[in-house]
Amino acid sequence: MILEVNDLSFRYGGGRTIFRGVNFSLDKGEVLSILGANGAGKSTLLNCVANLLRPASGQILLNGRPMSAMSVSEVARVVGYVPQIHVPSYAYTVREFTVMGRTPYIGAFSTPSAEDYRIADEALERLGISHLRDKAYTEISGGERQQVTIARVLTQQPQIILLDEPTAHLDYGNQYRVVRMVKELAREGYALLMTTHNPDHAIILDGKAAILDRDGGLTVGRAAEILTSDALTGLYGLPVKTVYDEDAGRKVCVVC
Amino acid sequence: MSKGDAENRKVREHRANITAAGYAAVVLAALALLVLTFAAALSVGRYHIPVGDCFGILASKLLPIAHTWDDMSDAVVMTLRLPRSLAAALVGAALALSGACYQSIFKNPMVSPDLLGVSSGACVGAATAILLDGNSVMIQLGAFVMGVVTVAVTTMIPKLVRNQSTTVLVLSGVVVGSLMSSIMNIIKSIADTDTQLAEITYWTMGSFASIDKLSELVPVLPTILVPMVVILLSRYRLNVLSLGDSEARTLGINLGATRGLFVLCSTLITASCVCLAGTIGWVGLVIPHTARMIVGADNKQMLPVALLFGGVFMLFIDILCRTLTAAELRIGILTGLIGAPFFIFLLVRQNRSLQ
Repeated sequence: MILEVNDLSFRYGGGRTIFRGVNFSLDKGEVLSILGANGAGKSTLLNCVANLLRPASGQILLNGRPMSAMSVSEVARVVGYVPQIHVPSYAYTVREFTVMGRTPYIGAFSTPSAEDYRIADEALERLGISHLRDKAYTEISGGERQQVTIARVLTQQPQIILLDEPTAHLDYGNQYRVVRMVKELAREGYALLMTTHNPDHAIILDGKAAILDRDGGLTVGRAAEILTSDALTGLYGLPVKTVYDEDAGRKVCVVC
Repeated sequence: MSKGDAENRKVREHRANITAAGYAAVVLAALALLVLTFAAALSVGRYHIPVGDCFGILASKLLPIAHTWDDMSDAVVMTLRLPRSLAAALVGAALALSGACYQSIFKNPMVSPDLLGVSSGACVGAATAILLDGNSVMIQLGAFVMGVVTVAVTTMIPKLVRNQSTTVLVLSGVVVGSLMSSIMNIIKSIADTDTQLAEITYWTMGSFASIDKLSELVPVLPTILVPMVVILLSRYRLNVLSLGDSEARTLGINLGATRGLFVLCSTLITASCVCLAGTIGWVGLVIPHTARMIVGADNKQMLPVALLFGGVFMLFIDILCRTLTAAELRIGILTGLIGAPFFIFLLVRQNRSLQ
């Protein structure tokens, strides 16, 4: 197992418990989509796995090693993180931004080598966005920024990729392009963990799904099995139905 | 999108893209400019000395060269112009570097040692040490300790009001800076008018006039040069830090240690510059911006260029201070006269480029 999460719980400085008793695991080529209402703590859970927040109890194992015993850069060589799109204060070029994925491999007193730039260029090529290479990251579109951030995480060469609401702030077309990209990356052997507000995305990905409920419990299973009409109705407080669509060849979610 | 992001957008950089050959050309041009300005700084002044003689005088200290100049020229170059020009170039380069460093750490292109209040804090520290009849070591220590305290206070205010936007950080720097100048005025009013006041006043406006021996540079050299080397060597990490805390950490950066090291280095540099030449505003803001406009935002390329530009700019300003008027002008007056309009130009330009 690349990632094992055992009996994890989290609360902010002695306040309300966000989640408790969370268990799941992720292997090569698996996708897990985490769903939950606004404020349920999806991002908090993701941030624990990203080594950004320290869980109150429980354990996160990377390839069998406890994450708490690893250095920040050791973790960064296994876990890559795609944050929600935001615009940095400085206008780095897309290439400069992408090569920052090499940071965990670059010494403190060193700068990226020709080889590091080659790996970054390859990632841009791989995503079909080489033409953006010399553009300013601050001046491209939101969809392009999302793709560049994914190129950066590939440059990081991790085993697990975490994505925090990768489809937020994107238009309809770009949302589906990102979902397809995630599926493609799973096929290549990356383990992927993402949060999403759209149950359809979890169904399309056809991997594992998890629902974080208001009491802080996490239900994990095959997307097709746990994303039932009842579960989604309970989750969003709306009458939601999953129906099979012939043309799409899969189940789709509709609000009745 | 948080409020901070929306505010940051207003002050975002517009970039220039540059090729490797273009970059090499910029560095060479900056180096050439530095040599030229330095030669001019030795030659120009009330007592004109031909550039050839200046180089001859310098070379004669190391090589056996026939003296084709009078003793007066030798004295002017060696005791007046060389030490102060070296100090000007060093302080300009150092302040540009520490400004660029602060800008990356605080993810904010609008901060600088003076806007964060570090300079005025360091000035208060130095003045307090003078007031207590401290020696030069105590003055330096006082400047550094108060510099660190000020930067801590300035950056704490945005955290207290839970608004990490550019505006709040700049405002908080202004508030802390004005608090420091009030304290400065108290110190001035209780200082001994015959001995301490003149010395204290010297710090507040900045000047290289009192540097007339090379040995005066020696005590601050380690605390300027060592942090400069550390920042230059680890400058790539500044790129990563400027993306924000979570991204830097998930890219494998040990946040506390790395940021602490950069703040320590930039503050040491600023405090040492205050010890050498008093408070000199605007350089730390204007020079990194100019460098970014020409070579782009990547600190790997930007920092060395900012360093050279800083040296050139300060030498140029010092020449103007010495030659514009009969009585010598204070450095702070000219950097303010040039820096403030440039700052406005930057704001206008950045807003325009986003529309």
